[in-house]
Amino acid sequence: MLSAQDMQEAVAHGRQVRAVYVYEAPLRLWHWVNALAITVLAMTGYFIGSPPPSQPGEASASFLFGYIRFAHFAAGYVLLAGFIGRVYWAFVGNEHSRQLFKLPVFDSAWWKEAAFELRWYLFLERHPKKYVGHNPLAQFTMFLLFFLPLLFMIVTGFALYGEGAQAGSWASMLFTSWVVPMFGQSQDVHTWHHLGMWAIVVFVMVHVYAAIREDIMSRQSMVSTMLSGWRMFKDDKP
Amino acid sequence: MVETFYEVMRRQGITRRSFLKYCSLTAASLGLGPAFVPRIAHAMETKPRTPVLWLHGLECTCCSESFIRSAHPLAKDAVLSMISLDYDDTIMTAAGHQAEAILDEVMTKYKGNYILAVEGNPPLNQDGMSCIIGGKPFVDQLKRVAKDCKAIISWGSCASWGCVQAAKPNPTQATPVHKVITDKPIIKVPGCPPIAEVMTAVITYMLTFDRLPELDRQGRPKMFYGQRIHDKCYRRPHFDAGQFAEAWDDDGARRGYCLYKMGCKGPTTYNACSTVRWNDGVSFPIQSGHGCIGCSEDGFWDKGGFYERVTGIKQFGIEANADKIGGVAVGVVGAAVVAHAAVSAIKQSRRQQGDASEQNK
Repeated sequence: MLSAQDMQEAVAHGRQVRAVYVYEAPLRLWHWVNALAITVLAMTGYFIGSPPPSQPGEASASFLFGYIRFAHFAAGYVLLAGFIGRVYWAFVGNEHSRQLFKLPVFDSAWWKEAAFELRWYLFLERHPKKYVGHNPLAQFTMFLLFFLPLLFMIVTGFALYGEGAQAGSWASMLFTSWVVPMFGQSQDVHTWHHLGMWAIVVFVMVHVYAAIREDIMSRQSMVSTMLSGWRMFKDDKP
Repeated sequence: MVETFYEVMRRQGITRRSFLKYCSLTAASLGLGPAFVPRIAHAMETKPRTPVLWLHGLECTCCSESFIRSAHPLAKDAVLSMISLDYDDTIMTAAGHQAEAILDEVMTKYKGNYILAVEGNPPLNQDGMSCIIGGKPFVDQLKRVAKDCKAIISWGSCASWGCVQAAKPNPTQATPVHKVITDKPIIKVPGCPPIAEVMTAVITYMLTFDRLPELDRQGRPKMFYGQRIHDKCYRRPHFDAGQFAEAWDDDGARRGYCLYKMGCKGPTTYNACSTVRWNDGVSFPIQSGHGCIGCSEDGFWDKGGFYERVTGIKQFGIEANADKIGGVAVGVVGAAVVAHAAVSAIKQSRRQQGDASEQNK
Protein backbone atom coordinates (compact mmCIF):
# COMPACT_ATOMS: atom_id res chain seq x y z
CA MET A 1 0.00 0.00 0.00
CA LEU A 2 1.34 3.38 -0.96
CA SER A 3 1.03 6.39 1.27
CA ALA A 4 -1.25 9.19 0.09
CA GLN A 5 1.55 11.36 -1.19
CA ASP A 6 3.14 8.50 -3.06
CA MET A 7 -0.22 7.65 -4.62
CA GLN A 8 -0.42 11.18 -5.94
CA GLU A 9 2.97 10.79 -7.47
CA ALA A 10 1.88 7.53 -9.00
CA VAL A 11 -1.25 9.11 -10.44
CA ALA A 12 0.75 12.02 -11.76
CA HIS A 13 2.99 9.68 -13.60
CA GLY A 14 -0.03 7.89 -14.94
CA ARG A 15 1.50 4.50 -14.48
CA GLN A 16 2.69 2.15 -11.83
CA VAL A 17 5.67 3.70 -10.04
CA ARG A 18 8.79 1.55 -10.27
CA ALA A 19 11.32 4.22 -9.37
CA VAL A 20 11.12 7.65 -7.73
CA TYR A 21 13.88 10.23 -7.50
CA VAL A 22 14.07 10.83 -3.74
CA TYR A 23 17.47 12.08 -2.64
CA GLU A 24 18.85 14.95 -4.65
CA ALA A 25 22.60 15.24 -5.24
CA PRO A 26 23.40 17.84 -2.49
CA LEU A 27 21.56 15.73 0.03
CA ARG A 28 23.44 12.58 -0.92
CA LEU A 29 26.73 14.45 -0.82
CA TRP A 30 25.85 15.73 2.65
CA HIS A 31 24.97 12.22 3.82
CA TRP A 32 28.37 10.79 2.96
CA VAL A 33 30.41 13.82 4.01
CA ASN A 34 28.49 13.81 7.29
CA ALA A 35 29.07 10.07 7.73
CA LEU A 36 32.80 10.58 7.22
CA ALA A 37 32.89 13.55 9.60
CA ILE A 38 31.04 11.57 12.28
CA THR A 39 33.46 8.67 11.89
CA VAL A 40 36.46 10.97 12.33
CA LEU A 41 34.76 12.83 15.19
CA ALA A 42 33.82 9.69 17.11
CA MET A 43 37.28 8.15 16.77
CA THR A 44 39.28 11.28 17.59
CA GLY A 45 36.76 12.20 20.28
CA TYR A 46 37.25 8.87 22.00
CA PHE A 47 41.00 9.43 21.94
CA ILE A 48 40.59 12.91 23.40
CA GLY A 49 38.79 11.32 26.35
CA SER A 50 41.22 8.38 26.57
CA PRO A 51 44.51 9.43 24.98
CA PRO A 52 46.81 6.90 23.30
CA PRO A 53 49.97 5.76 25.13
CA SER A 54 52.51 8.41 26.00
CA GLN A 55 54.93 9.51 23.27
CA PRO A 56 58.67 9.17 23.81
CA GLY A 57 61.27 11.86 23.22
CA GLU A 58 61.20 15.59 23.47
CA ALA A 59 57.91 17.42 23.57
CA SER A 60 58.87 19.47 20.53
CA ALA A 61 59.43 16.29 18.50
CA SER A 62 55.82 15.23 18.70
CA PHE A 63 52.43 16.82 18.19
CA LEU A 64 50.31 13.69 18.31
CA PHE A 65 47.62 14.90 20.69
CA GLY A 66 47.59 18.24 18.91
CA TYR A 67 46.90 16.48 15.60
CA ILE A 68 44.17 14.34 17.15
CA ARG A 69 42.50 17.45 18.48
CA PHE A 70 43.04 19.25 15.18
CA ALA A 71 41.35 16.41 13.29
CA HIS A 72 38.46 16.55 15.75
CA PHE A 73 38.00 20.29 15.37
CA ALA A 74 38.42 20.21 11.59
CA ALA A 75 35.84 17.43 11.29
CA GLY A 76 33.61 19.42 13.65
CA TYR A 77 33.77 22.40 11.31
CA VAL A 78 32.97 20.14 8.34
CA LEU A 79 30.01 18.74 10.25
CA LEU A 80 28.77 22.24 11.11
CA ALA A 81 29.17 23.50 7.54
CA GLY A 82 27.37 20.40 6.28
CA PHE A 83 24.62 20.85 8.82
CA ILE A 84 24.05 24.47 7.81
CA GLY A 85 23.98 23.39 4.17
CA ARG A 86 21.56 20.61 5.06
CA VAL A 87 19.19 23.04 6.80
CA TYR A 88 19.38 25.32 3.76
CA TRP A 89 18.58 22.38 1.51
CA ALA A 90 15.50 21.63 3.57
CA PHE A 91 14.11 24.95 2.33
CA VAL A 92 15.04 24.64 -1.34
CA GLY A 93 15.12 20.87 -1.80
CA ASN A 94 12.27 18.51 -2.54
CA GLU A 95 9.63 17.20 -0.15
CA HIS A 96 11.90 14.45 1.21
CA SER A 97 14.66 16.84 2.19
CA ARG A 98 12.41 18.25 4.93
CA GLN A 99 11.57 14.90 6.52
CA LEU A 100 14.60 14.88 8.82
CA PHE A 101 13.50 18.03 10.62
CA LYS A 102 9.85 17.11 11.14
CA LEU A 103 8.09 14.99 13.67
CA PRO A 104 4.36 15.00 12.80
CA VAL A 105 3.25 13.99 16.31
CA PHE A 106 -0.29 15.31 15.82
CA ASP A 107 -0.91 13.22 12.71
CA SER A 108 -2.83 10.12 13.79
CA ALA A 109 -2.31 8.44 10.41
CA TRP A 110 1.41 8.89 10.86
CA TRP A 111 1.29 7.20 14.26
CA LYS A 112 -0.71 4.32 12.76
CA GLU A 113 1.90 3.85 10.09
CA ALA A 114 4.63 4.02 12.71
CA ALA A 115 2.83 1.33 14.71
CA PHE A 116 2.60 -0.79 11.56
CA GLU A 117 6.33 -0.43 10.99
CA LEU A 118 7.00 -1.33 14.61
CA ARG A 119 4.96 -4.51 14.14
CA TRP A 120 6.91 -5.21 10.95
CA TYR A 121 10.14 -4.96 12.90
CA LEU A 122 8.74 -7.19 15.64
CA PHE A 123 7.97 -9.83 12.97
CA LEU A 124 4.23 -9.39 13.56
CA GLU A 125 3.46 -8.28 10.01
CA ARG A 126 4.04 -10.64 7.10
CA HIS A 127 4.33 -8.11 4.32
CA PRO A 128 6.06 -4.74 4.40
CA LYS A 129 4.64 -1.60 2.86
CA LYS A 130 6.18 0.62 0.24
CA TYR A 131 7.60 3.98 1.21
CA VAL A 132 9.18 6.60 -0.99
CA GLY A 133 10.92 8.59 1.74
CA HIS A 134 11.48 7.46 5.30
CA ASN A 135 8.84 5.24 6.83
CA PRO A 136 7.29 6.86 9.93
CA LEU A 137 9.30 4.72 12.34
CA ALA A 138 12.51 5.65 10.53
CA GLN A 139 11.50 9.30 10.60
CA PHE A 140 10.85 9.05 14.33
CA THR A 141 14.27 7.48 14.90
CA MET A 142 16.00 9.95 12.60
CA PHE A 143 14.56 12.89 14.48
CA LEU A 144 15.08 11.66 18.04
CA LEU A 145 18.23 9.57 17.69
CA PHE A 146 20.00 11.51 14.98
CA PHE A 147 18.84 15.07 14.38
CA LEU A 148 18.52 16.09 18.05
CA PRO A 149 21.77 14.39 19.19
CA LEU A 150 23.60 15.92 16.22
CA LEU A 151 22.34 19.37 17.16
CA PHE A 152 23.29 18.71 20.79
CA MET A 153 26.77 17.63 19.75
CA ILE A 154 27.27 20.72 17.60
CA VAL A 155 26.20 23.04 20.42
CA THR A 156 28.18 21.34 23.21
CA GLY A 157 31.11 20.62 20.90
CA PHE A 158 31.56 24.21 19.84
CA ALA A 159 31.01 25.35 23.42
CA LEU A 160 34.03 23.24 24.40
CA TYR A 161 35.93 24.40 21.34
CA GLY A 162 35.24 28.01 22.35
CA GLU A 163 36.99 27.42 25.66
CA GLY A 164 40.24 26.65 23.87
CA ALA A 165 39.63 29.29 21.24
CA GLN A 166 39.39 31.76 24.14
CA ALA A 167 36.86 34.38 25.12
CA GLY A 168 36.03 36.64 22.21
CA SER A 169 36.16 33.88 19.60
CA TRP A 170 32.96 33.29 17.68
CA ALA A 171 32.46 29.86 19.27
CA SER A 172 32.95 31.33 22.73
CA MET A 173 30.49 34.16 22.15
CA LEU A 174 27.92 32.00 20.39
CA PHE A 175 28.10 28.84 22.48
CA THR A 176 30.51 28.77 25.44
CA SER A 177 29.04 31.91 26.98
CA TRP A 178 25.68 30.24 27.71
CA VAL A 179 26.27 26.49 27.40
CA VAL A 180 28.88 26.20 30.17
CA PRO A 181 26.88 28.26 32.73
CA MET A 182 23.77 26.26 31.80
CA PHE A 183 25.50 22.95 32.60
CA GLY A 184 27.19 24.46 35.66
CA GLN A 185 30.75 23.81 34.64
CA SER A 186 32.94 22.66 31.81
CA GLN A 187 33.46 19.11 33.10
CA ASP A 188 29.70 18.47 32.84
CA VAL A 189 29.70 19.63 29.23
CA HIS A 190 32.57 17.22 28.55
CA THR A 191 30.66 14.35 30.14
CA TRP A 192 27.45 15.05 28.22
CA HIS A 193 29.35 15.54 24.97
CA HIS A 194 30.94 12.15 25.61
CA LEU A 195 27.55 10.53 26.23
CA GLY A 196 26.24 12.17 23.04
CA MET A 197 29.00 10.45 21.09
CA TRP A 198 27.77 7.08 22.31
CA ALA A 199 24.18 7.98 21.43
CA ILE A 200 25.29 8.70 17.86
CA VAL A 201 27.31 5.47 17.73
CA VAL A 202 24.17 3.59 18.77
CA PHE A 203 22.23 5.42 16.07
CA VAL A 204 24.81 4.51 13.42
CA MET A 205 24.55 0.83 14.35
CA VAL A 206 20.76 0.84 14.13
CA HIS A 207 20.81 2.97 10.98
CA VAL A 208 23.24 0.76 9.06
CA TYR A 209 21.50 -2.41 10.15
CA ALA A 210 18.03 -1.13 9.32
CA ALA A 211 19.15 0.15 5.91
CA ILE A 212 20.75 -3.15 4.92
CA ARG A 213 17.88 -5.19 6.34
CA GLU A 214 15.29 -3.09 4.53
CA ASP A 215 17.33 -3.35 1.35
CA ILE A 216 17.05 -7.13 1.54
CA MET A 217 13.63 -7.67 3.09
CA SER A 218 11.49 -4.71 2.12
CA ARG A 219 9.99 -3.90 -1.25
CA GLN A 220 12.20 -0.96 -2.14
CA SER A 221 15.86 -0.13 -2.55
CA MET A 222 17.69 1.43 0.40
CA VAL A 223 21.46 1.51 0.24
CA SER A 224 21.69 2.27 -3.48
CA THR A 225 19.14 5.05 -3.08
CA MET A 226 21.63 7.07 -1.06
CA LEU A 227 24.13 6.62 -3.90
CA SER A 228 21.97 7.16 -6.97
CA GLY A 229 19.08 9.07 -5.45
CA TRP A 230 16.50 6.74 -7.04
CA ARG A 231 14.15 4.64 -4.95
CA MET A 232 13.50 1.43 -6.88
CA PHE A 233 10.52 -0.75 -6.09
CA LYS A 234 10.88 -4.46 -6.38
CA ASP A 235 7.30 -5.27 -7.41
CA ASP A 236 4.25 -3.74 -9.05
CA LYS A 237 1.85 -4.69 -6.31
CA PRO A 238 0.37 -1.69 -4.47
CA MET B 1 36.06 57.10 63.39
CA VAL B 2 35.84 57.96 59.68
CA GLU B 3 39.49 57.67 58.64
CA THR B 4 40.70 59.21 55.39
CA PHE B 5 43.66 58.15 53.27
CA TYR B 6 45.52 61.28 54.41
CA GLU B 7 45.11 60.28 58.02
CA VAL B 8 46.42 56.80 57.27
CA MET B 9 49.52 58.24 55.62
CA ARG B 10 50.13 60.57 58.56
CA ARG B 11 49.67 57.68 60.93
CA GLN B 12 52.38 55.77 59.07
CA GLY B 13 54.87 58.60 59.65
CA ILE B 14 54.53 60.53 56.42
CA THR B 15 54.82 64.30 57.00
CA ARG B 16 52.41 66.79 55.48
CA ARG B 17 55.31 68.12 53.43
CA SER B 18 55.95 64.66 51.96
CA PHE B 19 52.23 64.20 51.42
CA LEU B 20 52.02 67.41 49.36
CA LYS B 21 55.11 66.39 47.38
CA TYR B 22 53.41 63.08 46.71
CA CYS B 23 50.33 64.90 45.45
CA SER B 24 52.37 67.11 43.10
CA LEU B 25 54.30 64.12 41.78
CA THR B 26 51.06 62.22 41.22
CA ALA B 27 49.65 65.17 39.27
CA ALA B 28 52.84 65.46 37.22
CA SER B 29 53.04 61.78 36.44
CA LEU B 30 49.40 61.79 35.34
CA GLY B 31 50.15 64.76 33.06
CA LEU B 32 47.89 67.10 35.01
CA GLY B 33 48.56 70.82 35.59
CA PRO B 34 49.59 72.38 38.95
CA ALA B 35 45.95 73.33 39.54
CA PHE B 36 45.16 69.68 40.14
CA VAL B 37 47.56 69.34 43.07
CA PRO B 38 45.18 70.81 45.66
CA ARG B 39 42.34 68.78 44.22
CA ILE B 40 44.28 65.54 44.65
CA ALA B 41 45.27 66.59 48.16
CA HIS B 42 41.67 67.46 48.92
CA ALA B 43 40.48 64.08 47.67
CA MET B 44 43.06 62.27 49.78
CA GLU B 45 42.09 64.32 52.82
CA THR B 46 38.36 63.78 52.51
CA LYS B 47 37.84 60.39 50.88
CA PRO B 48 37.19 57.89 53.63
CA ARG B 49 38.74 54.48 53.53
CA THR B 50 36.13 52.01 52.43
CA PRO B 51 34.98 49.91 55.35
CA VAL B 52 34.83 46.20 54.78
CA LEU B 53 32.77 43.87 56.92
CA TRP B 54 34.01 40.30 56.64
CA LEU B 55 31.43 37.74 57.73
CA HIS B 56 32.12 34.07 58.36
CA GLY B 57 29.44 31.46 57.80
CA LEU B 58 29.87 27.72 57.28
CA GLU B 59 33.51 27.65 56.26
CA CYS B 60 36.94 26.27 57.14
CA THR B 61 38.82 29.63 57.24
CA CYS B 62 41.01 28.55 54.33
CA CYS B 63 40.07 31.79 52.55
CA SER B 64 41.37 33.85 55.49
CA GLU B 65 44.46 31.66 55.70
CA SER B 66 45.11 32.30 52.03
CA PHE B 67 44.36 36.03 52.27
CA ILE B 68 46.89 36.70 55.03
CA ARG B 69 49.62 35.20 52.82
CA SER B 70 49.14 37.72 50.05
CA ALA B 71 52.46 39.16 48.86
CA HIS B 72 51.42 41.72 46.21
CA PRO B 73 49.99 43.71 47.94
CA LEU B 74 50.88 42.47 51.39
CA ALA B 75 47.81 41.48 53.34
CA LYS B 76 48.76 43.91 56.09
CA ASP B 77 48.80 46.78 53.59
CA ALA B 78 45.42 45.78 52.26
CA VAL B 79 43.94 45.48 55.73
CA LEU B 80 45.70 48.31 57.55
CA SER B 81 46.14 50.93 54.81
CA MET B 82 43.84 50.37 51.89
CA ILE B 83 40.60 49.26 53.41
CA SER B 84 39.22 49.66 56.83
CA LEU B 85 38.56 46.09 57.89
CA ASP B 86 36.11 46.91 60.65
CA TYR B 87 34.70 43.48 61.32
CA ASP B 88 36.25 40.06 60.87
CA ASP B 89 35.44 37.82 63.78
CA THR B 90 38.36 35.49 63.07
CA ILE B 91 41.16 38.04 63.29
CA MET B 92 39.65 41.02 65.15
CA THR B 93 40.59 41.78 68.75
CA ALA B 94 37.11 42.60 69.97
CA ALA B 95 34.80 39.77 70.86
CA GLY B 96 31.23 39.20 71.95
CA HIS B 97 28.88 42.17 72.19
CA GLN B 98 31.65 44.65 71.44
CA ALA B 99 32.36 42.92 68.16
CA GLU B 100 28.71 42.76 67.17
CA ALA B 101 28.28 46.43 68.07
CA ILE B 102 30.81 47.38 65.38
CA LEU B 103 28.56 45.84 62.74
CA ASP B 104 25.66 48.09 63.70
CA GLU B 105 27.91 51.12 63.93
CA VAL B 106 29.39 50.67 60.44
CA MET B 107 26.02 49.77 58.96
CA THR B 108 24.46 53.04 60.12
CA LYS B 109 27.47 55.31 59.60
CA TYR B 110 28.37 54.05 56.12
CA LYS B 111 24.90 53.08 54.93
CA GLY B 112 25.16 51.96 51.31
CA ASN B 113 28.92 52.57 51.22
CA TYR B 114 30.55 49.57 52.81
CA ILE B 115 31.67 46.38 51.17
CA LEU B 116 30.46 43.07 52.53
CA ALA B 117 32.89 40.20 52.21
CA VAL B 118 31.44 36.77 52.92
CA GLU B 119 33.52 33.73 53.67
CA GLY B 120 31.47 30.55 53.85
CA ASN B 121 27.78 30.27 53.28
CA PRO B 122 24.51 30.12 55.22
CA PRO B 123 22.80 26.77 55.90
CA LEU B 124 19.04 27.14 55.50
CA ASN B 125 17.71 23.88 56.94
CA GLN B 126 16.71 23.61 60.61
CA ASP B 127 15.90 27.35 60.48
CA GLY B 128 19.58 28.07 59.86
CA MET B 129 20.56 26.61 63.24
CA SER B 130 23.55 24.75 61.78
CA CYS B 131 25.56 27.96 61.87
CA ILE B 132 25.09 30.34 64.80
CA ILE B 133 26.87 33.70 65.09
CA GLY B 134 26.36 35.67 68.30
CA GLY B 135 23.39 33.50 69.26
CA LYS B 136 21.55 33.99 65.99
CA PRO B 137 21.50 32.03 62.72
CA PHE B 138 24.17 33.20 60.29
CA VAL B 139 21.60 33.63 57.55
CA ASP B 140 19.94 36.40 59.60
CA GLN B 141 23.23 38.21 60.10
CA LEU B 142 24.02 37.88 56.41
CA LYS B 143 20.66 39.31 55.33
CA ARG B 144 20.88 42.14 57.87
CA VAL B 145 24.37 43.26 56.88
CA ALA B 146 23.74 42.77 53.16
CA LYS B 147 20.74 45.07 53.23
CA ASP B 148 22.73 48.34 53.17
CA CYS B 149 26.01 47.25 51.59
CA LYS B 150 27.43 48.59 48.34
CA ALA B 151 28.57 45.24 46.96
CA ILE B 152 29.26 41.72 48.15
CA ILE B 153 32.44 39.76 47.64
CA SER B 154 31.82 36.02 47.85
CA TRP B 155 35.13 34.62 49.05
CA GLY B 156 35.91 31.11 48.00
CA SER B 157 33.89 28.22 46.62
CA CYS B 158 31.68 28.11 49.75
CA ALA B 159 30.21 31.55 49.26
CA SER B 160 30.33 31.27 45.46
CA TRP B 161 29.00 27.77 44.82
CA GLY B 162 28.37 25.96 48.12
CA CYS B 163 31.52 23.82 48.28
CA VAL B 164 31.98 20.72 50.39
CA GLN B 165 29.27 21.52 52.96
CA ALA B 166 26.80 21.68 50.06
CA ALA B 167 27.90 18.28 48.70
CA LYS B 168 25.14 15.76 48.21
CA PRO B 169 22.98 15.18 50.14
CA ASN B 170 23.66 18.59 51.72
CA PRO B 171 21.86 17.91 55.03
CA THR B 172 22.13 21.50 56.28
CA GLN B 173 21.14 22.92 52.88
CA ALA B 174 24.24 25.07 52.72
CA THR B 175 23.43 27.68 50.08
CA PRO B 176 25.76 30.01 48.15
CA VAL B 177 25.38 33.72 48.86
CA HIS B 178 23.91 34.69 45.49
CA LYS B 179 20.94 32.41 46.09
CA VAL B 180 20.15 34.14 49.41
CA ILE B 181 20.95 37.75 48.52
CA THR B 182 19.56 38.59 45.13
CA ASP B 183 19.42 42.40 45.08
CA LYS B 184 23.11 43.32 45.41
CA PRO B 185 26.04 43.14 43.00
CA ILE B 186 28.02 40.04 43.91
CA ILE B 187 31.62 39.33 42.93
CA LYS B 188 32.43 35.65 43.13
CA VAL B 189 36.04 34.83 43.92
CA PRO B 190 35.84 31.02 43.88
CA GLY B 191 38.56 28.59 44.84
CA CYS B 192 39.16 26.43 47.86
CA PRO B 193 40.77 28.70 48.85
CA PRO B 194 41.09 31.46 46.26
CA ILE B 195 44.62 32.63 45.43
CA ALA B 196 45.80 35.22 47.97
CA GLU B 197 46.87 37.74 45.33
CA VAL B 198 43.58 37.33 43.51
CA MET B 199 41.74 38.19 46.73
CA THR B 200 43.78 41.29 47.50
CA ALA B 201 43.79 42.31 43.82
CA VAL B 202 40.00 42.26 43.69
CA ILE B 203 39.89 44.55 46.73
CA THR B 204 42.65 46.78 45.31
CA TYR B 205 40.80 47.11 42.02
CA MET B 206 37.56 48.09 43.72
CA LEU B 207 39.30 50.73 45.84
CA THR B 208 41.49 52.13 43.06
CA PHE B 209 38.81 52.48 40.43
CA ASP B 210 35.81 52.75 42.72
CA ARG B 211 33.89 50.22 40.66
CA LEU B 212 33.46 46.48 40.35
CA PRO B 213 35.88 44.55 38.17
CA GLU B 214 34.44 43.26 34.91
CA LEU B 215 32.62 40.01 35.63
CA ASP B 216 31.87 37.01 33.46
CA ARG B 217 28.43 35.50 33.09
CA GLN B 218 28.85 33.50 36.29
CA GLY B 219 29.90 36.57 38.28
CA ARG B 220 33.66 35.98 38.45
CA PRO B 221 36.23 38.71 37.68
CA LYS B 222 37.29 38.16 34.08
CA MET B 223 40.87 39.19 34.78
CA PHE B 224 41.48 36.14 36.97
CA TYR B 225 38.84 33.68 35.82
CA GLY B 226 38.80 34.38 32.08
CA GLN B 227 41.10 31.51 31.16
CA ARG B 228 41.49 27.91 32.16
CA ILE B 229 44.48 26.66 34.11
CA HIS B 230 45.13 24.47 31.06
CA ASP B 231 45.49 27.52 28.80
CA LYS B 232 48.53 28.79 30.68
CA CYS B 233 49.89 25.53 32.08
CA TYR B 234 53.64 25.14 31.74
CA ARG B 235 53.08 21.42 30.99
CA ARG B 236 50.91 22.22 27.98
CA PRO B 237 53.64 21.26 25.45
CA HIS B 238 53.50 17.71 26.83
CA PHE B 239 49.73 17.71 26.38
CA ASP B 240 49.98 18.72 22.73
CA ALA B 241 52.80 16.23 22.15
CA GLY B 242 50.74 13.43 23.68
CA GLN B 243 53.14 12.88 26.58
CA PHE B 244 51.23 11.88 29.68
CA ALA B 245 51.99 10.52 33.12
CA GLU B 246 50.10 7.21 33.30
CA ALA B 247 50.74 6.51 36.98
CA TRP B 248 51.98 8.56 39.90
CA ASP B 249 55.29 6.70 40.02
CA ASP B 250 56.03 6.16 36.35
CA ASP B 251 58.70 7.72 34.20
CA GLY B 252 56.28 10.24 32.74
CA ALA B 253 55.43 11.57 36.19
CA ARG B 254 59.13 11.91 36.99
CA ARG B 255 59.72 13.75 33.72
CA GLY B 256 56.94 16.15 34.52
CA TYR B 257 54.61 15.09 31.70
CA CYS B 258 51.01 16.28 31.42
CA LEU B 259 48.71 14.95 34.16
CA TYR B 260 45.64 14.85 31.89
CA LYS B 261 45.33 11.05 32.09
CA MET B 262 45.64 11.24 35.88
CA GLY B 263 42.44 13.26 35.95
CA CYS B 264 43.88 16.77 36.07
CA LYS B 265 40.97 19.22 35.88
CA GLY B 266 43.09 22.03 34.44
CA PRO B 267 41.25 21.83 31.09
CA THR B 268 37.90 22.49 32.77
CA THR B 269 38.89 24.92 35.52
CA TYR B 270 38.84 28.68 35.26
CA ASN B 271 41.40 30.16 37.63
CA ALA B 272 44.74 31.96 37.67
CA CYS B 273 46.83 29.25 39.40
CA SER B 274 49.05 28.64 36.38
CA THR B 275 49.85 32.36 36.01
CA VAL B 276 49.73 33.88 39.51
CA ARG B 277 50.64 30.67 41.34
CA TRP B 278 50.68 30.28 45.11
CA ASN B 279 52.74 31.37 48.11
CA ASP B 280 54.25 34.41 46.47
CA GLY B 281 54.47 32.67 43.11
CA VAL B 282 56.41 29.67 44.37
CA SER B 283 54.37 26.87 42.87
CA PHE B 284 50.90 25.50 42.14
CA PRO B 285 49.44 21.99 42.31
CA ILE B 286 50.41 20.86 38.80
CA GLN B 287 53.95 22.18 39.28
CA SER B 288 54.10 20.10 42.47
CA GLY B 289 53.16 17.00 40.50
CA HIS B 290 49.48 16.66 41.34
CA GLY B 291 46.63 17.33 38.95
CA CYS B 292 44.25 20.23 39.44
CA ILE B 293 41.10 19.13 41.29
CA GLY B 294 39.02 21.98 39.88
CA CYS B 295 38.30 23.54 43.28
CA SER B 296 37.11 26.84 41.81
CA GLU B 297 34.43 25.20 39.65
CA ASP B 298 30.78 24.89 40.58
CA GLY B 299 30.04 21.51 42.19
CA PHE B 300 33.61 20.19 41.88
CA TRP B 301 33.03 18.00 44.95
CA ASP B 302 30.19 16.09 43.28
CA LYS B 303 31.67 15.54 39.81
CA GLY B 304 33.23 12.13 40.27
CA GLY B 305 36.84 11.25 40.91
CA PHE B 306 39.70 13.72 41.04
CA TYR B 307 41.88 11.11 39.33
CA GLU B 308 39.71 10.24 36.32
CA ARG B 309 39.69 12.02 32.99
CA VAL B 310 36.26 10.69 32.05
CA THR B 311 34.56 11.28 35.36
CA GLY B 312 31.85 9.20 36.96
CA ILE B 313 28.15 9.97 36.63
CA LYS B 314 25.96 9.28 39.64
CA GLN B 315 22.60 10.30 38.16
CA PHE B 316 21.89 6.74 37.12
CA GLY B 317 22.02 5.38 40.64
CA ILE B 318 25.17 3.44 40.04
CA GLU B 319 28.59 4.99 39.65
CA ALA B 320 29.66 4.72 36.02
CA ASN B 321 31.39 6.94 33.52
CA ALA B 322 30.30 7.92 30.02
CA ASP B 323 32.40 5.19 28.40
CA LYS B 324 30.91 2.45 30.59
CA ILE B 325 27.37 3.66 29.92
CA GLY B 326 28.10 4.04 26.22
CA GLY B 327 29.81 0.66 26.07
CA VAL B 328 26.83 -1.05 27.70
CA ALA B 329 24.40 0.74 25.37
CA VAL B 330 26.43 -0.26 22.32
CA GLY B 331 26.68 -3.85 23.62
CA VAL B 332 22.94 -4.12 24.24
CA VAL B 333 21.99 -2.53 20.92
CA GLY B 334 24.63 -4.60 19.12
CA ALA B 335 23.27 -7.83 20.62
CA ALA B 336 19.74 -6.76 19.74
CA VAL B 337 20.80 -6.03 16.16
CA VAL B 338 22.49 -9.43 15.83
CA ALA B 339 19.49 -11.24 17.29
CA HIS B 340 17.11 -9.27 15.10
CA ALA B 341 19.25 -9.97 12.05
CA ALA B 342 19.25 -13.70 12.84
CA VAL B 343 15.46 -13.83 13.15
CA SER B 344 15.14 -11.71 9.99
CA ALA B 345 17.40 -14.08 8.09
CA ILE B 346 15.28 -17.07 9.13
CA LYS B 347 12.06 -15.27 8.18
CA GLN B 348 13.53 -14.22 4.85
CA SER B 349 14.71 -17.72 3.95
CA ARG B 350 11.33 -19.17 4.89
CA ARG B 351 9.61 -16.53 2.77
CA GLN B 352 11.83 -17.33 -0.18
CA GLN B 353 11.15 -21.04 0.27
CA GLY B 354 7.45 -20.22 0.35
CA ASP B 355 7.77 -18.17 -2.84
CA ALA B 356 9.74 -20.95 -4.50
CA SER B 357 7.21 -23.60 -3.54
CA GLU B 358 4.39 -21.38 -4.81
CA GLN B 359 6.15 -21.01 -8.14
CA ASN B 360 6.76 -24.78 -8.31
CA LYS B 361 3.08 -25.57 -7.98
